[in-house]
Amino acid sequence: MKASTRRQSWLIALPVMALLLWTVVYPNVAVIAGSFENGLGHWREFAASPADREALWTTLVISVASVFASLAIGVPLAFLLGRFEFPGRRLLRAVATLPAALPPLVGVIAFLFLYGESGLVTRVVQRAFGMAEAPWRLKGVGAIVFVHAYTMYVYVFLFVSAGLERFDATLDEAASGLGASTWQRLRRVTLPLLMPAVAGSALLVFMNALGSFSAPYVFGGGLRVLSTQILASKTNGAMGLAYVETTVLALSAVAGLILFRWLDRKRKYTLAGKGGRSRRVIRSRRVQIVTTIAAAVIVIALVLPHLMVILVSFARDGAWTTQVLPPEYTFENYRRLFSESELWKPITNSVSMALIATAANLVVCFIAGYLIVFRKFGGRGLLELLVALPWAIPATAIALGLAATFNRNDLLTGRVLLVGTFWILPLAYFIRDIPLVASAVESSLRQMDASLEDAARGLGAPWLMTMRRVILPAARPGLVAGGLLAAVTAVGEFVASVVLYTHSNRPISMEILAQLRALAFGTAAAYSVLLIFLVLLMTLAARSFEERLA
Amino acid sequence: MTAAPQARSEGQDDKSERGALALNGVTRRFGEFTAVDNVSFEVGPGELLALVGASGSGKTTTLRMAAGYETPDSGTVTLGGKDITRVPPERRGFGMVFQHYALFPHMPVEDNVAFGLEARGVSKAERLMKARAALANVGLEGAGSRAIQSLSGGEQQRVALARALVIEPRALLLDEPLSNLDPTLRHTMRDDLRAMLRRVGVPALFVTHDQEDAFAVADRIALLRKGKLLQVGTPEELYGAPASREVAAFIGRGSIVPAIDKGSTATVTIGGVARDLSVTRPKDSPTHVDPAFVVLRPDALELSRSPGVLAWRGRITNRRFAGGMVVYRVQLADNICVDVESPAGQAHEDDNVSVSPMKGPFPLVPA
Repeated sequence: MKASTRRQSWLIALPVMALLLWTVVYPNVAVIAGSFENGLGHWREFAASPADREALWTTLVISVASVFASLAIGVPLAFLLGRFEFPGRRLLRAVATLPAALPPLVGVIAFLFLYGESGLVTRVVQRAFGMAEAPWRLKGVGAIVFVHAYTMYVYVFLFVSAGLERFDATLDEAASGLGASTWQRLRRVTLPLLMPAVAGSALLVFMNALGSFSAPYVFGGGLRVLSTQILASKTNGAMGLAYVETTVLALSAVAGLILFRWLDRKRKYTLAGKGGRSRRVIRSRRVQIVTTIAAAVIVIALVLPHLMVILVSFARDGAWTTQVLPPEYTFENYRRLFSESELWKPITNSVSMALIATAANLVVCFIAGYLIVFRKFGGRGLLELLVALPWAIPATAIALGLAATFNRNDLLTGRVLLVGTFWILPLAYFIRDIPLVASAVESSLRQMDASLEDAARGLGAPWLMTMRRVILPAARPGLVAGGLLAAVTAVGEFVASVVLYTHSNRPISMEILAQLRALAFGTAAAYSVLLIFLVLLMTLAARSFEERLA
Repeated sequence: MTAAPQARSEGQDDKSERGALALNGVTRRFGEFTAVDNVSFEVGPGELLALVGASGSGKTTTLRMAAGYETPDSGTVTLGGKDITRVPPERRGFGMVFQHYALFPHMPVEDNVAFGLEARGVSKAERLMKARAALANVGLEGAGSRAIQSLSGGEQQRVALARALVIEPRALLLDEPLSNLDPTLRHTMRDDLRAMLRRVGVPALFVTHDQEDAFAVADRIALLRKGKLLQVGTPEELYGAPASREVAAFIGRGSIVPAIDKGSTATVTIGGVARDLSVTRPKDSPTHVDPAFVVLRPDALELSRSPGVLAWRGRITNRRFAGGMVVYRVQLADNICVDVESPAGQAHEDDNVSVSPMKGPFPLVPA
């Protein structure tokens, strides 16, 4: 790499790195520094508080249990759909990723409508067995892990399915040719080769569960986890303690990351086969019936939350009390959403904040991805770390960092007053989605032949023309996919929003929560349906955009 | 090093525009590793020079310095005598054909070819016209609107060539242009490539690891090993008078056996039988070298089943049919093995035979 090119790389990189250092690193440093503002005082307070010790322990238990529950669902489902042919397979495959389309809070309230004390399933079971009380309570660790398993098994399923698809069928054939039984092949060949996919998805579940907020917040039932403790401490004005709790949460995430890296340290191979294995058709009539019934049950379980939210969105607020199903139906909820400006406001808020954050993500991550993939310069390692960092920090911690940093105007210490303004939420969404968009851009650019840039330059193209005509088109699939994911996450974002929102920029998720608290289930569900609809709309828009360009 | 050979192209009239491309003592280090070590050569207008070497020999780095993607740590690159060492690639006006062609996958064929003209601000109508003409020139008329992915390897190579030529480059650089083609296509492309490059009349430098390609296409060959230039010369020179044992070993096609240098002859002794052979010496070599070696080529040896007094005795260990002739591998004494070309059916494996040198002169090389 030439000296002039290196200088140019630095020139492009510096603004991006400065922005990331300021908005990603600095707030976290501020949180850590804040936790030591009176020496070890806040830390002693944390250590002495039984509530906080319980919160840390519960958080870890929930995270580990969520990993195992997600694996228990995701791995068998991936095998079932990837390796076998049975009636109903296509339908099951189509709905298997459905939970991922539910914004976190919406999944939680759907479960409330279904399995809560007055939920549909609960009531049906109660009536069927003539019980005086609800057969279970949707509260505590079990309830949280239940919801987590439903929403997070999708990661495991997708990773393992992709692994199975790339699995070189000849390896399996070679093993059976050497006399290995089905079980031996699974244990000695298939599973070891799928370990990277399993480990990668397990880490993703762990990180998500660790930072999860909506499930513990809505039906923790007095149960304490770190993320809810942080919000409680902040609300009570105990900022010092909130800083300690945030630091502990972030450290747990980093520890988890290191642990998984260590567990996966020996891997030196990748699955690069052409796949090509056909699915085995289940021939035994009896097995076929069992499989199909199981598939039907899973399909219903997966679709039910969506259906329930849609159903409740037509229920008259306040009318659904002890009945199995809401007794009265109306379009009133939707009419009010579209006609009352106070109810319409969260929708425009969420959409505009998501679009602003996504636009910023696209610009910053395109530049960062380009530098990371194509430029060799001293700052590349740091830049890679900076764009990956928000992924390792739970959203509650990111939000608290922003609250601690952008709470006043003090240019000398790099602080700008954003808390209480509209801009704090787009900033939070932007930070949360940096790793997502950057990795999508990077993977697109890595597929590009590096000599294309050289070719453009050799043909006399100046730098800007090379970027516009060669690099940008190569990055486009990643920009579209990453941008879509970012917009979808941002429009339904809850965890950072609950820490940072104000009445005037309240997003849809906060309004859902408010309606839920006011027992306006119908309105809450109508918002949820609208959110699902927005996600769908954005997905279709991204797809048609990509098709039009391709 | 060597002067540019006679101009041979009809497009040679404008000398001011078309100067020789020269590398003068260029060196490029990556950390401790010296990738290219004090390499000098010149490529005249209309000349086709092949830069040959095994992988890791520094040939690609040398090409990238000629193109401007790398800057030498020392030494200069000149074009027509003008120093262009620090001119960036986008301002050199060279045409480059990349190893995997580096065609822009999101543009149709004609946009790929017109890209360099677009960069030069040529109007859309004109650049499309020129691109189509360039495509016709490489035998791809009418392919302009096709997608890159729909082209075969050979067609992609032609598009890459058209893209490099349409900007009327001041020099042409080609990185392994033939290595991604299947063997049959490769042989026709060799001839086509040579014909097209000769027509353009600018210095053309092409990198290859395949000496067959180099022998078939190039006017001259520069042989690189571990970053150092071993020899520059015509294919005939490299074959007939290799500068060193390393060059002879790289060219292959013969056994290199120890000899005693006696000026115009050299003595080769195998199994106690000494033969005086007439030799060609490498250019600028001293009148006596020690240690010396002689290259025994299969076509310069004769196989006989009757034991001659002055022949080297041995046993056939292997045979290989090579179009009308058979190449026998004969294990001689002193752990020396030679290949001998002979009409088919003359001998069989495990036969005891005698081998005698036939045609001379034999190349003599220093260590």
